[in-house]
Amino acid sequence: MILGLMRRLGDRPAWMRWGLLAVGLAVAAILPWVLYPPVATDILCWGLFAVAFDLLLGHAGLLSFGHAAFWGGSAYVTGLIALHSGLPFYVAVLGGAVAAAVLALPIGYLAVRRSGIYFAMITLAFAQMVYFVANQWSAVTGGENGLQGIPRNLPGVDLSDAFTFYYAALPVVLLGLAAARRIVRSPFGRVTAAIRDNTDRVRALGYPADRYKLTVFTASAFLSGLAGGLFAVNHGFASLQEVDWTTSGKVVVMTVLGGIGTLWGSLVGAAAIVRLEDWLSTAGFEQTDLVTGGVFIVVVLLFRQGLWGTATRLLRPRPPAPPTPDPAEPADPDRTPHLTKR
Amino acid sequence: MLEVEGVSARYGEATALDGASLTVGEGEVVTLVGRNGAGKTTLLRCLMGLHRPAAGRIVLAGRDITGLAAHRRARLGLGYVPDDRGIYAGLSVEENLTLPPVAAGSAWPLARVYEAFPVLAARRRFPGGRLSGGEQQMLALARVLRAGARVLLCDEPTEGLAPVAVRQIGEILRGAKEHGVSVLLVEQNLRFATTVADRHYLLAQGRVVEALDNRDVKQREDELLAHLGL
Repeated sequence: MILGLMRRLGDRPAWMRWGLLAVGLAVAAILPWVLYPPVATDILCWGLFAVAFDLLLGHAGLLSFGHAAFWGGSAYVTGLIALHSGLPFYVAVLGGAVAAAVLALPIGYLAVRRSGIYFAMITLAFAQMVYFVANQWSAVTGGENGLQGIPRNLPGVDLSDAFTFYYAALPVVLLGLAAARRIVRSPFGRVTAAIRDNTDRVRALGYPADRYKLTVFTASAFLSGLAGGLFAVNHGFASLQEVDWTTSGKVVVMTVLGGIGTLWGSLVGAAAIVRLEDWLSTAGFEQTDLVTGGVFIVVVLLFRQGLWGTATRLLRPRPPAPPTPDPAEPADPDRTPHLTKR
Repeated sequence: MLEVEGVSARYGEATALDGASLTVGEGEVVTLVGRNGAGKTTLLRCLMGLHRPAAGRIVLAGRDITGLAAHRRARLGLGYVPDDRGIYAGLSVEENLTLPPVAAGSAWPLARVYEAFPVLAARRRFPGGRLSGGEQQMLALARVLRAGARVLLCDEPTEGLAPVAVRQIGEILRGAKEHGVSVLLVEQNLRFATTVADRHYLLAQGRVVEALDNRDVKQREDELLAHLGL
């Protein structure tokens, strides 16, 4: 019995998992009643983006500083498909996400060969190239003006109301979140976590580590693309802001704020930032970054594991300390990933 | 089975290996002795493909693997047991065992692993992090055998273990040898080395300076111990 308790030290009991899922779905269902609906949809988009980012940062240990390329790249492609084809917005968003994944292949292929700051800088450099293209190729992207008037097509349904659109977008986000969870819990996810902890060890055991990193990078880009495409449809435009480096920075902040490696924490981090920014701008406060930056610093200094990581640590029922039958080795300190690792 | 010819390796400006050569035959257990910093671990890392040698050739079962990636070497039957043992603390014993992909042909079925390692069978649902040092070492050895290693590269498997655990490791290595597995062993414990190994190489300043058999080691034990600084 004790062994059973110890087996999955990181797991929550089943009732808590289902309870969390129920609460999460309930919150998702009532969100546009509580918040201004476009803001609620923004939370969905940024939430999915941050979860996709945590898939890479928290579960593969790769800090990308160029994820705006995938979010924004997909926003443009989604916008172009929706503007020129008139296809349902689901198809446009899917097309944008596929484009983001395709874009991720060469970027990831080169970037995963390096780690740490070099990985971050390579991804940043590519994202800046995407920004440059979006800025210069104005015949297609609209340059400084961006893509305007992206329609919310869906045959037979009028999505012009932001409230309705929220519920049209929700299934896409839920599918994206389910995919992220599936990846983390799969044997594939185990290997990426092992790569994060010790890459050489995994190589010596016979796994092609770079290929695993590239796969998780591409998966993260795809999910980021889903989020960015939805964001473009939600706002009806895709602008240079979507491919700007500050967008790459924002998703880092959201993920760290929520708690690296917690997956759902990223949702909380994203919701907190979006809500805070909306509240500040509604109140007429101009320097929103000053406040979000301050909140970020406080959380990082006081709660290293982020909002979610800290909350779950406090709430988790502690299993009774098992008797030690043998002089045990110290537990692997790698189990909680940190931003500074490698 | 394993031939190493003139392998050199550097860390930046520092030379760790300076043309080391050795061979390990099929079913042979060979130890690599030498002081700290002689290049023993670096040599194992070069053989596994975790460190890129600056020069030299590595041949496994007649195939030149010098430029091959580590994961491909693992699938060709090289099994690396690092000095930190590389056990996943959060995974159970069985999950640790079944983690690496299995090489065709030479892999041990799980049942055979448990037969050879009864301690692991008894602890199969235990998290790897709660095993004793000796049990972790056995798990690390069992894991590469289960993955199909035909040549084991073991970095100080007995370091820090109780005498009874050292004896068990010795039995396991002898058992593996009986199954035709070759072993290249980094070892500081000369007494232990002579009980399991067929031959020994003395590594100094990145070169193999002497090849010794068990009788040489026993006769010159004091001199060797003095050289090793033990």
